[in-house]
Order: sequence, then structure tokens, then C-alpha cells
Amino acid sequence: MDCVATGANVKVLAKAIHSLSRIGEELYLEPVDDGLALRSVNSSRSAFASFQLSPLFFQRYQAPTDQSFRCKMPIKSVQAVFKSLSSLERSVEKCRIQLNSEKSRLTITLHCKHGLLKTHNLSFQDCESLQAVFDKESCTNVLQAQPRLMVDTVLHFPPSLEEVNLSVSSDRVWLRNHVEDDADSSRAMMTELCLSSEEFDHFAISSQTSITFCLKELRGLLGFAESSCLPISMYFDEPGSPVILNVTDSVLEANFVLATLSEDSHSKNHVNSNTKRPDAEQPPDDFMSDDMDSFLIAMETSELPGPSHVPTSPLQPINNRKHSASDDEEEEALAERPPNKKFCSLFFGSVLPTPSLTNQTIQSQEVLASDSEDENQTETS
Amino acid sequence: MPLSTQSQSDVDQYILIASLDNARNLSNILKAISFKDHAIFNATQNGLKVTVEDSKCLQANAFIQADIFQEYIIKEDAVGFQVNLTVLLDCLTIFGGSTVPGVCTALRMCYNGYGYPLTLFLEEGGVVTVCKINTQEPEEPIDFDFCSTNVTNKVILQSDSLKEAFSELDMTSEVLQITMSPSHPYFRLSTFGNSGNAHYDYPKDSDMMELFQCTKIQTNRYKMSLLKPSTKALALSCKVSVRTDSRGFLSLQYLVRNDDGQICFVEYYCCPDEEVEEE
Repeated sequence: MDCVATGANVKVLAKAIHSLSRIGEELYLEPVDDGLALRSVNSSRSAFASFQLSPLFFQRYQAPTDQSFRCKMPIKSVQAVFKSLSSLERSVEKCRIQLNSEKSRLTITLHCKHGLLKTHNLSFQDCESLQAVFDKESCTNVLQAQPRLMVDTVLHFPPSLEEVNLSVSSDRVWLRNHVEDDADSSRAMMTELCLSSEEFDHFAISSQTSITFCLKELRGLLGFAESSCLPISMYFDEPGSPVILNVTDSVLEANFVLATLSEDSHSKNHVNSNTKRPDAEQPPDDFMSDDMDSFLIAMETSELPGPSHVPTSPLQPINNRKHSASDDEEEEALAERPPNKKFCSLFFGSVLPTPSLTNQTIQSQEVLASDSEDENQTETS
Repeated sequence: MPLSTQSQSDVDQYILIASLDNARNLSNILKAISFKDHAIFNATQNGLKVTVEDSKCLQANAFIQADIFQEYIIKEDAVGFQVNLTVLLDCLTIFGGSTVPGVCTALRMCYNGYGYPLTLFLEEGGVVTVCKINTQEPEEPIDFDFCSTNVTNKVILQSDSLKEAFSELDMTSEVLQITMSPSHPYFRLSTFGNSGNAHYDYPKDSDMMELFQCTKIQTNRYKMSLLKPSTKALALSCKVSVRTDSRGFLSLQYLVRNDDGQICFVEYYCCPDEEVEEE
């Protein structure tokens, strides 16, 4: 493979790699006829990111003769090439990426001002294609917003915060920090922001729901979207199903797939999730005090022996989802799962290459795999 | 200036007196070579030379010409002593090293001869501080025997371009390889780190390259750990001369302008690493 990016696209490329570095430690490259895919996954496999750069993104793009070629390398090595993002814009005129599969070598050459030439020869290893099986079209809830809105919202949470909870109703969104049940309640600080549907470019909520996911990975995408001035779309369903964040331009598409905390993984969490639901019905002026009341109720409830359940609203539509994950995928998923993992929704593994999976936008009717506990509950109901 | 109130008999006893209205002009230069504790001072009629060494493989020299000083008196052909450079720098910035324009520390540096301390009179805002730093007998600095007639290749670069390359160098590489050649790649810096290798190629005819005199291709490696201290001088400088002799010894000469626009020189000599096989 041999491709050349020029001008502002070099910075976009550097920003993409920087975003991927917030996800995982390895960069997966997969060059195909319809463009270059850059991907990364975190160590617990609860977050996946993919950038599809079309041939039009490049001044010149020459796909490899071997369509099944793909490789991975430490993302720090590639990041070091684009170390100084601010000076990139000023001094780099052209960036050339060459993949030599015979020598297992990736060469990145930066053509800079004054004829300065920077050549980086990085080694890589062959690998299976890294694919996440996700389907934006099947998600029931869709939000779209300018990056400024989301960046300003996320700013209110401290960098050390790991997880954030997003709740939606028919006309507004709540974002609050996720506090573990076992946290010392006197030390926990609750932060909540409420956004009206009018703040969003697109607001399509078909079911009230509440999802919890990692904030660090979200920040990775926000940084890229903000620098590119591209709107962010958010697709999600219910707790336990992954949330998909998407940024699309004419020549590139970015997808971040983040696992969400399943309600069934903790009975106490289930109680908390239910007690938070009434917030959606309250008038906006009172949501602060009501939340405090809900928080106190949750604390009292958790002290009672055995879990109690708040009845689900009969108006809420019931989603029946079929789980058709193969046994092989499930076994692989279980083997790779760390023991104390909170996020039990595993939605991808290594996928053997087939022509249908090389589409620029990955579409699949196959639903995401869930853990066995979730499947048991499905069988019971 | 209160310093001038010193009695004449005191002045007479010193064999070396050097005065600066702005001590920062001296401390900045000394910081550029402060990678080891001990510095060898050698004063002549031409000015002050300060030498720092590391394992006899790396030598740094700072030259402060007599003209830089407001007052420069030396009563012998040469005056030599050794002092702790860290202590000296602490004294030179004893008033806090303020960078506020118009506020500067005046310095008078005096030395009475063998066995006597180096005495610093520092004055800022009417407050005078006297520091006495113990001196030692100077070690004999190594003579790298780097003479102009033996120089094989020489380039003079704008420091900005080299600063950029040095800031991006892969520090996991044990060596920095420098290739100088009459033909492509002309002037090349290479590293061989954990991630792979990297090359920085400078063309010979760009605005960054003020002078390009390379007579034959030469590739030498230098320990990265030895060259890292020189980045402090590079940061201060506006031009740098890179020279290698027939033995592969490296000379880096930095042209540094101080706050008053005067020119000083900082020089680094470095031994080459093991023999390089041509790649």
C-alpha cells in the first residue's frame, strides 16, 4: 500500500491516531480498495474505535495487491511520528504512508518545510482483522449534536471520572456521573446536567432509557470531532447494549463503539436504575431536589434485605431481542473477559475475513453477543 | 552602584575581577553547560572560558568574551580554578532569577588567587549579597585535539530547524547517528529506537542551511545520553555549527545572543561510539 495525504488532511490523520490512542494500545491498519481503516480496541474489549479514510481523503491512494493484508503495531510508535500536533500544521506539507508486507515494515515519511524530510520506519505484526459487530440502524434512540455542546457538557465532569450515565426522555437528556453502590455516600459528589431536546440537531427517542459507559473513550472522539467541526451522532438502545458514536465527513467516517453497564450485572444497580426513572416525569425546575430525594431513597433501599423492584411503566415499549451469538464467539468472549469486569456486554471478537465484512460501513443483522446471565433471563421471560 | 564603594585596597588584592550589570547574561550561558557539578574556570585577557566534562567522552566549553563584562581586570596571563557549578548558579539567581524587564541583578565576581574562594557581590534593588564559593585546583581538561585543518565535514544550520528535530528524537535510541555527505542525504540524523528507526534529512541548499562544506561521506554514532545535555545550549542559540573531523569526533558550536544582543559561544565536543557499518 502506498498513500499520500497533503495539507490539512495530515493534521486530520494525526488527530485520528491521537483519538485512537485514547482507546487502546495497538493500532490496527487494514488497507483495502475503498480506503484505509485505522482501528483500536481497549484491553478489556469494552471499547472499539474505527476510522475509515476513503481514497478521496488521500492525494494518492494505491491499495495493496493482497486484499487480505492487515497489520497492527504499538500506537505509541505511530503517535511519536505525529508528536507535535501544533507544529504539524505549520511545517508538514505531505505525509506518505507505505506498507511493505515483505519486509514487515511501515514507512511514514513527512515532507516538511525547507525540504526537511522525516522518515520513520516502524515494524508491525500480521494479525486478524479487528471488527466490531454493530448496527446503527437497529438502535431505537438517535441523538445528533454539534461537538461544542458535548464538549461543554463533558467539561463539568472531572478528568478522573471513569463512568457517566446518560438518561433520555421524550424531550430531554440527563447526564450525570455514575457512583458505585459501595462508594462512601458522604464522599460521593453528584453532578447532573440536563439538556433540552432543542439543543440537539437531531433528537429521536423512541423509548425512555438510561445507559452508563466510560467517559475516557468518549473524550477521545470529542477531541477529534471538535477539531474537525463535525457533528456527533449517538445511537443506543438499552442498558447492556453498546452505544455507537459516529462522526461522518465526505471522505472519512469514525465509529466509536462503547459497552454499557448492564442492569442485570448488579441487583443493586438495577434498583438504582429504576429509582432514577421517575426523574423523567418531574418538571425541569425541580429536578435538582428530586434527584437528591431519589438518591436518598436509593441509599435506604439498598440497606433493605433483598432487592426490591419498582414496577416498570406499562406504557414503556418492551423490546424483544434475539440473541443468536455463535458458541465459538461466546467461548472466545468468555475466555478474554477479565474477572472483575463490570461491563458484561461483549460485542465483538476477531472475525475471519470475508468479502461482506470489507464494506466501508460495517452492517450486520447479527445482534451483539451478551453474557450467559443475560441469556438465562431471556429464556426465563 | 553600591558595589563601587568597595575600598581600593580590597580591589587591589584580587587577581581577577569581572563585573556584569546583568548576571543573567552569565547564568544563562552556564546553565547551558551545567550537566555536571564541577566547572573549570580559565580566565585570560580575551575573556572567560568555563569547561565541564563527562567521563572524558564529552566536553562543553562556554566562552564569555572580555567585552561582555562592564569591568574586566586580570593581573596574570591566565587564572585557573575549579568551582561547583550548581552552587555558583544558585548564587547567581539568589534574588529569584526574576525575568521582569528592567529588574536585573548586578554582579561583581572576584578571585584572589590560589586557595582563595571565588567571591560574588550581587546587588538588586539596593540589597547587596556576598557569596563566597570554595575553589579547588583545576583538573587538566582533556584536549580533544580538534583543529580546523583536520575537519572533514562542516555545516552551519539555523538552530530552529535542529531544535525541532531534537525535540522529536526517539530517546529510546541508544545512539544518534549523524551522516554528512556531499551527495544525498547530505545531512542526516538517525535514531534506532524501540519503535523502529527514524531519519531526518536536511537538504543542502535550503534557507535553514547557512553553510554546507562536506568533502566526503562520513557516518558516525554518538551516545544519545552524551548529546542530551547539549539541547540546553541548542535552545538558547540561534545558529549551530556541526563539524566532524577525520576521527569522527563531533564539534557542536552554538552561537548564543544574550539579553543585550551580545554574542557568546558554547561548544560541545563528543567522542564517536563504536565503528558504524554502512547501512
